[in-house]
Amino acid sequence: MRVENVVCSFCGCLCDDIVVEVEDNRITEVKKACTSGRNLFLNAPTQAAKPTVDGEEVDWPEAIDVAVRILTEAANPLIYGLSSTASEAQRKAIALADLLGATIDSTSSVCHGPTTIGVQIEGEPTCTLGEIKHRADLLVFWGCNPAEAHQRHFARYSVLARGKLTPGGRKDRTVVVVDVRPTASSRMADIFLQVRPGYDFELLSTLRALLKGQELDVDEVGGIEVAQLRDLVERMKSCRFGVIFFGMGVTQTGGKHLNVAELLTLIAELNAHTRFTTMPMRGHGNVAGADCTLTWQTGYPFAVNFARGYPQYNPGEFSAVDVLARGEADAALIIASDPVAHFPRQAAQRLSQIPTIVLDPEMNLTAQVARVVLPTALYGVSAAGTAYRMDNVPLPLKKVVDSPQPTDEQVLDWIIEKVKTCSA
Amino acid sequence: MSEFILITGRTAKQGAALSRGKDSTAYRQATGFVEMSREDIERLGVEGGQRVRLCTAFGEVELELREGDVPPGVLFVPLGPAANALIPADTQGTGMPGSKGLAVEVKPL
Repeated sequence: MRVENVVCSFCGCLCDDIVVEVEDNRITEVKKACTSGRNLFLNAPTQAAKPTVDGEEVDWPEAIDVAVRILTEAANPLIYGLSSTASEAQRKAIALADLLGATIDSTSSVCHGPTTIGVQIEGEPTCTLGEIKHRADLLVFWGCNPAEAHQRHFARYSVLARGKLTPGGRKDRTVVVVDVRPTASSRMADIFLQVRPGYDFELLSTLRALLKGQELDVDEVGGIEVAQLRDLVERMKSCRFGVIFFGMGVTQTGGKHLNVAELLTLIAELNAHTRFTTMPMRGHGNVAGADCTLTWQTGYPFAVNFARGYPQYNPGEFSAVDVLARGEADAALIIASDPVAHFPRQAAQRLSQIPTIVLDPEMNLTAQVARVVLPTALYGVSAAGTAYRMDNVPLPLKKVVDSPQPTDEQVLDWIIEKVKTCSA
Repeated sequence: MSEFILITGRTAKQGAALSRGKDSTAYRQATGFVEMSREDIERLGVEGGQRVRLCTAFGEVELELREGDVPPGVLFVPLGPAANALIPADTQGTGMPGSKGLAVEVKPL
């Protein structure tokens, strides 16, 4: 059986043109996907797996009982992850956090959390990837490497895409890459500006000064000649539709949200001259959905705490790395994420010191230290749902094969019902 | 021993190996190396393929050294458990650890 127009849930591109061949409930071929997307479909777990408690296989009701006991006995439980599950499950996770008085945070806090803080300071212009495909004639990629991390972005939405006002594709666009090292993306650019590590804020401030016509008393900033920056500013002012895509090179570098706020200020000022916009390169398939779902459920996009019976927001206080590294979380529910692999060691170690529950299709590194492991179906392969693309456009994920496992949403429902029974 | 600036990031091979499992050989190979410029390799008298220890104030890991297209004084490690063992848990009130621009020492093994 051939399933067409399948949405790949690997990264924030959410490519929606994937073709999947299925025989006897097994995926035999994946067409149009990048290597990461193809591997996501071909390596998706299809074997039945039982939940485990302390490494021993148990039935689902027993596993849910243990998980609920851990969560209800904890004084400060943490719910974390959310970026590789569907928004329907994210909504349930937020309801559970509300019920428990827990802290809830998504992987946003360690990728584009600083972007959100920057947006809260400065505001942001928005547009869809479709508008960029059809209109943008100047593309700047700052501190990101889509040729490796978002492999079909260039072909589907940006550099190579042929749009209504950009019928020539690549030759109708000027491409600029700003990065600390040459990358596969910079090798495809017309202009590569190699900035010294840690000088992004200075570079953005210089672009703003040049845009305002100020004279500078230096010849170079962050390793880049001012003449090159003056040339970039002229290109930015005179383009028809410009966009700066940015990634971890901006959000993880010293200054973090201040870098993003400076970038957003530059964008606002450029709009006095022409149409200019910006977009964070979102990593996980539904990390943008985690921000959206948390925002429409609580008013806040990440790092939310329900201990007082209403949502409070404070990055640094209620973000996952902080509550783990400070030893405040005394139990954790990790959903569709692997913080043991991706958190600083001090924060990751805390997850093996407290009772941790994992909902995930994979036996990842966090599952290996968890007290309770609840194996679930994989959204976009063996479970349907909704995911938000990096431009915050929601897309329907298809179920292309059946799974013996329940979905994250179902398991969270079971936990919520049991918690309600316990507290009744 | 010599001090460098550490940057971390995604690579195509790291992304492709993710769904093969983090215990897989493909994932370990995709995340278990550090890239250094030719100038620094010659300056330190080390060779591509040898093991080196990377140390920060927050942790240390052993990795395979590779020559890479990075500026002198900068090291690149793909996103993964090795890179994250080196970074600080202090988020400076943002939730985001300092994953880029970290001072790191290299000790040839």
